[in-house]
Amino acid sequence: MSTALCPECEADVRIPGDAVQNELIACPDCGAELELVSLNPLTLERAPEVEEDWGE
Amino acid sequence: MRLGILVTTVRPEEKLLIAAFERAGVTPDVILDRDLNLDLTADAAQTAPSGVPWSAYDLILERAVSTSRGTYALAVLNAWGIPTINGFETARVCGDKLLTTLALARAGVPQPAARVAFTEESALNAIADLGYPAVLKPVTGSWGRLLARIDDAHAAESILEHKFTLGDYQHHTIYAQAYVSKPNRDIRAFVVGGRTLCAIYRTSAHWITNTARGGQASNCPITPELDDLCRRAAAAVGGGVLAMDVFESPDGLVINEINHTMEFRNSSAPTGVDIAAEVAAYALEAARANAGVRA
Repeated sequence: MSTALCPECEADVRIPGDAVQNELIACPDCGAELELVSLNPLTLERAPEVEEDWGE
Repeated sequence: MRLGILVTTVRPEEKLLIAAFERAGVTPDVILDRDLNLDLTADAAQTAPSGVPWSAYDLILERAVSTSRGTYALAVLNAWGIPTINGFETARVCGDKLLTTLALARAGVPQPAARVAFTEESALNAIADLGYPAVLKPVTGSWGRLLARIDDAHAAESILEHKFTLGDYQHHTIYAQAYVSKPNRDIRAFVVGGRTLCAIYRTSAHWITNTARGGQASNCPITPELDDLCRRAAAAVGGGVLAMDVFESPDGLVINEINHTMEFRNSSAPTGVDIAAEVAAYALEAARANAGVRA
């Protein structure tokens, strides 16, 4: 099982086998919304903050 | 064929779309809007963040969650002659509730009554003209954010004072819509290339029924009335890949809003329609046509 470190709480976050770069992943421990910024090595960063014009 | 998908981040929808393209034998270049650095006085020969010239793309599928970034990117790409889904004009109209209302009115598509005003005093009059209750909406916004149901003049005065005191200039354009008394649900219908693919009911005890606000999704049959309304609304805003928010008003179906970068993660399961596959197929058909023209 592949994991990456949550930059917020340092939990090991499971990365799905079909994960793609820049995918959003929630930390199951602290709930932070994270972005998978690198597949090699697996690296999570805090996801961009939602802005006022974001939506559908 | 070369296809790009412009994103802010890769949400479940973009992941589904990438997988759908790959199943169809095409791996799209994923382009992050945060990486864009576009020379507006030059042409499409300049290099995209993917490392190839923009002119190499047969199609860019715009899936930015940021409305401003997506819309301006489409403006640039279309100015350079690069085909996009959706087109800039469609995004410009759908990204602005006032412009959407005008487009629907011009096409004679049923919708709630709506007015615009620009001062506290004139906005009070506009809301009174609509009658209570009414709904105030930012002209640009989504996910049900900053919607205000106005039940009486006291609430109107209060909300307007807050908007004009605390809001920036965008919140000084007061777009007011008649409140539609509807069953505890609305309809979200998906239109791709002029076809109404499927629809869901979004059910909630709250008057805001967005799934982003907790509305529950279930299948909604496509009736001839719904299909006709959705296709006419799609045509009114230039067509493409669109999601229609529809109210069941006492006088029949009306279009509430149109979304041009729709979310659909909760919609394929209840409808049984692979929306990502349908969007990918539509985009690939357009890209192949463009590749043929440009060859």
